[in-house]
Amino acid sequence: MIPDAGTMDAVTDAVSAVFMVVGALMSLAAAVGLLRFPDLMSRMHAATKPQVLGLFLLLAAVGLQQRTWWVWPVLLVAWIFQLLTVPVSAHMVGRAGYRTKHLHRELLSSDELEAVVQKAAAKAAREDASDGGPVDSP
Amino acid sequence: MMQTVLVVTSVILSLAAAGAIIRIARGPSLLDRVLASDVLLAILGAALCIDMAVNRHLNNLMLLVALSIIGFIGSVTVARFVADRREQPHDS
Repeated sequence: MIPDAGTMDAVTDAVSAVFMVVGALMSLAAAVGLLRFPDLMSRMHAATKPQVLGLFLLLAAVGLQQRTWWVWPVLLVAWIFQLLTVPVSAHMVGRAGYRTKHLHRELLSSDELEAVVQKAAAKAAREDASDGGPVDSP
Repeated sequence: MMQTVLVVTSVILSLAAAGAIIRIARGPSLLDRVLASDVLLAILGAALCIDMAVNRHLNNLMLLVALSIIGFIGSVTVARFVADRREQPHDS
């Protein structure tokens, strides 16, 4: 038995309304996290919620409201683009925050960048000692 | 029902934007401000999405993609700039 168009519309409207409210709540959660978390790294954790999951929910609400199929690939491309760029910028910001000491070291459960930094510093010092010239360390 | 959703989401997004703006004003470091302005851009994108969903049009889709490009380029550039500037007196 196929449900008639009226109930289908009501169900789609309800689902997209829930998606929109939850997607907006993601933004609110990010703002609360930005205000209450102690340092840059934990604030970055809160900031990714509206950028990935919130955008997904809202784009799904847009697609549900349009009632056509061809918008879904476009929305998917927009979401995948966001999914590709957000980790890159988060990586850059996190590295810059680590280098400029904007973190509470006692809150870290593991510090995998420490060994890399030590190794690079040791290598730069060794090369500096061997040829005396300035070495452009990565 | 769509009008109720519109009112509820606009209140939520306004509170979220106020929180992000407070963090931009108060943030102790430049990177905190960059992160908060990224969140502000995400909130703006969410508002554009809700506008498209409630009024059933697709006019803002390109604007949404352009907004995410701007946020990406902006935060990467500032992160790069901060790393360079803070490291130079440290190295020499």
